[in-house]
Amino acid sequence: MNAYAPILVLGGLGAGFAIFSVVMASLTGPKRYNRAKLDAYECGIEPTPQPAGGGRFPIKYYLTAMLFIVFDIEIVFLYPWAVTFDALGLFGLVEMLLFVLTVFVAYAYVWRRGGLEWD
Amino acid sequence: MNLAAAHPGFLSPTGVEVAFVLVGLATLGAALLTVTTRQLVHAALWLVVALGGLAVEYLLLTAEFIAWVQVLIYVGSVVVLLLFGLMLTKAPIGRSPDADSGNRWVALAVAVAAAGTLVWVVVDAFRTTWIDLGGPAQGSTEVTGAILFRHWVLPFEALSVLLLAALVGAIVLSKRTGRER
Repeated sequence: MNAYAPILVLGGLGAGFAIFSVVMASLTGPKRYNRAKLDAYECGIEPTPQPAGGGRFPIKYYLTAMLFIVFDIEIVFLYPWAVTFDALGLFGLVEMLLFVLTVFVAYAYVWRRGGLEWD
Repeated sequence: MNLAAAHPGFLSPTGVEVAFVLVGLATLGAALLTVTTRQLVHAALWLVVALGGLAVEYLLLTAEFIAWVQVLIYVGSVVVLLLFGLMLTKAPIGRSPDADSGNRWVALAVAVAAAGTLVWVVVDAFRTTWIDLGGPAQGSTEVTGAILFRHWVLPFEALSVLLLAALVGAIVLSKRTGRER
């Protein structure tokens, strides 16, 4: 647990700096608002009340997120496996090969069905 | 006196135990807000707090690897998936008046029953087991890996089939074949 003390200190420093900046800016900065300043900032593009397509996103994004999550879960198991690999020996190797092979079938299926193509 | 020192008690909590209870209360509050808020995006963001609180609880129980898996998988991926779902279904910005369900009392009963069952099972299984929070980490990555790959081989292999099913399901639901389009 003590290894996390520097991270906590760093987080505290970061939060302190953020709060200090916001509070000091609102206390000391000049406040001369106009219409352009109060507009939503959209990288120089005129803000539109309704996004294109009514704000709906294509299902492609969901598929990509789903693919990511499945392979994310697969990869995360490699960490405890790698740490204990020496103690597990051949049994652990066969175990992980079977696991990876099954998920590889899923990968091949996605590839064949065009799940990796964007259009 | 010796007895109290040998057996951990509830009346003299250590700092880690106090922190555990406080984080647990914050997690419970965030979870309640997740299911009661009328704004869908707020519900997803409160879920981040609840899942993050759980990660801190794992960390306090010395299960470092599980804690970071919780952050990576749940906070990192599952919540993003939920937010994608909100964007895909054109969830309204602001309050959703129809976010309430007529099944709320049934849902509450199911939730309380599930929570009661889980608490009973965990308390019954680990009645006399105490984690020494001050000593060497008993939930380290090595321990997790050894237990997972030695004793829980079948669930681990079954998980790969579950992942396969999830992927096939995602493809079938989202991809149309050329003729259907």
